Amino acid sequence: MSARSSVPRIAVLLAVLAAALLPVLMPSWATLVTLILAKGIVVLGIIILLQAGQVSFGHAMFFGAGAYAVAFWGKYVGAGDLALFLVIGPLLAMALGALVGLFVVRYREIFFGMLNLAFSMVLWSLLEKLYHYTNGADGIRVARPTLLGMAFTPEVFQYVLLYLTLGLVLVVSYGVQRYLDSPLGHMLRAIKSNETRLEYLGVSARRILLVGYVISAFLGGLGGVLVAVAQQIATPEFAYWTKSGEFVFIAILGGAANAAGAFAGAAVFEFVRFMAAAKLANAWQLILGIVLIVIIMYAPNGLIGLFRQKKKPAGAKP
Amino acid sequence: MSRVLISARGLKIRFGGVIAADGIDLDVFEGENLAIIGPNGAGKTTFLNMTTGYLRPQAGTVSFLGQEITALPPRAITRLGIARAFQIPQLFLDQTVIENMMIAAAAQAGELSAFRHLLDLPEREEMEQLLDLVGVRAFAERKAFELPEGQRKLVDIALALALKPKVLLMDEPTSGVASSEKLEVMDILTAALRRTQVSSVFVEHDMDMVERYAHRVAVWSSGKIQFVGPPAEILANDEVKRTVIGI
Repeated sequence: MSARSSVPRIAVLLAVLAAALLPVLMPSWATLVTLILAKGIVVLGIIILLQAGQVSFGHAMFFGAGAYAVAFWGKYVGAGDLALFLVIGPLLAMALGALVGLFVVRYREIFFGMLNLAFSMVLWSLLEKLYHYTNGADGIRVARPTLLGMAFTPEVFQYVLLYLTLGLVLVVSYGVQRYLDSPLGHMLRAIKSNETRLEYLGVSARRILLVGYVISAFLGGLGGVLVAVAQQIATPEFAYWTKSGEFVFIAILGGAANAAGAFAGAAVFEFVRFMAAAKLANAWQLILGIVLIVIIMYAPNGLIGLFRQKKKPAGAKP
Repeated sequence: MSRVLISARGLKIRFGGVIAADGIDLDVFEGENLAIIGPNGAGKTTFLNMTTGYLRPQAGTVSFLGQEITALPPRAITRLGIARAFQIPQLFLDQTVIENMMIAAAAQAGELSAFRHLLDLPEREEMEQLLDLVGVRAFAERKAFELPEGQRKLVDIALALALKPKVLLMDEPTSGVASSEKLEVMDILTAALRRTQVSSVFVEHDMDMVERYAHRVAVWSSGKIQFVGPPAEILANDEVKRTVIGI
């Protein structure tokens, strides 16, 4: 647990305050911060799987599932409520996760990663090709929903969505931390270090991984709902492999040892993209690539790992 | 006679040209420590692998308390009451020793919660006592990878005991342990087995250990059991001396 609880509380508190207050000073940032937090929720799911030593290169399928749950509701049912979306999106993603999970938990490492990629590309193709239902690559517009029956103007709604997302981040981070400290969470980590011993304790490693997989699918779906509502659209890109790669990228950037890594990584990723896109037009991938190379070479435990590295020399002195 | 725990009949398996088991018949009785000896490659570990479901024999059956377990996977056999300790300790190296133990305790008790803290489960004290019993309680808060080999070995055995098995299969419990510590490790181990009333089968190369701790000895040779009997008799046998002990 020392690896996970090493981020100083004050840093977490400052980050939460920054996410809550900065957009008040700079209204143009409200949606940016919402996107950072929503993506962080998806990356939290990647981090769960990384505990078991598994990398999914197809997690965008759950992100897409959450987003399209909202989009289809708007297209086929009509006006919706955000509270409802926050239930059906993650539930749909969980159901998909349980189904896909039955296949992928039988595999490990590169095979696990590639099979996830394959499943996600199937979903992407369906979203792209079933034009009649999905509008193909154009995607489906998502109308601004009400929240518990209340309608908001766009200016107010961006703050409503921001604070709701921030609240959800706190809830799911707490939940994920509880999960990782629980017997199931420890068994998930045990898959990474010694799956043979886990089986010889009478535990089905596949079942343990399936639980983690479904939870991470849930988080993917939740993030997908929030992003679709924030951006007011769902497109097949949501489920495309580059999106999956982006989530893994953010997890490595932020560091997988702590839930805070997901959000630190998402913040740096989106911020660099936002700034670089404004100032250097088409060079943002280049800049992010360089950032990742620097992180891998000098901070292999990600941004969040820097907290630990700094602490060590002080603690090493007798 | 005490009751039969494990009963192997006619076990056969071959790997390419090597016959690792060629008609193995063996009973393991409740309350005994059965030693398995024999030259390298005689099929001793293969026998453990077949009785714990890691390998499926090409012929023959294994039963446990009368129930056939031949085709069951390791986790199902483990749950029935056959635990295993390994020649190379199999621990969760990134986790602390007490976390290792609590994972085993949670597995045994079926406490697969996603919300309760692992270390807050009611088995905590019991697990600490078990670490005490095998003499590694001082390492409880250390990460498993920080432990010396001898201690890892004891934790590996404690993990198996945490499952409250009826019988424990051990592959060379004292290999990798410094010779000066072997007696101590085996004393601790046999005392722990007595206290927890667990029967055992152990593969061993050190004849001093066999003589001291085994109630019965089975001699393996080219996939067959050559002799079975009390240690004094077996270790005095000329053929055993020649093929196994190398005198």
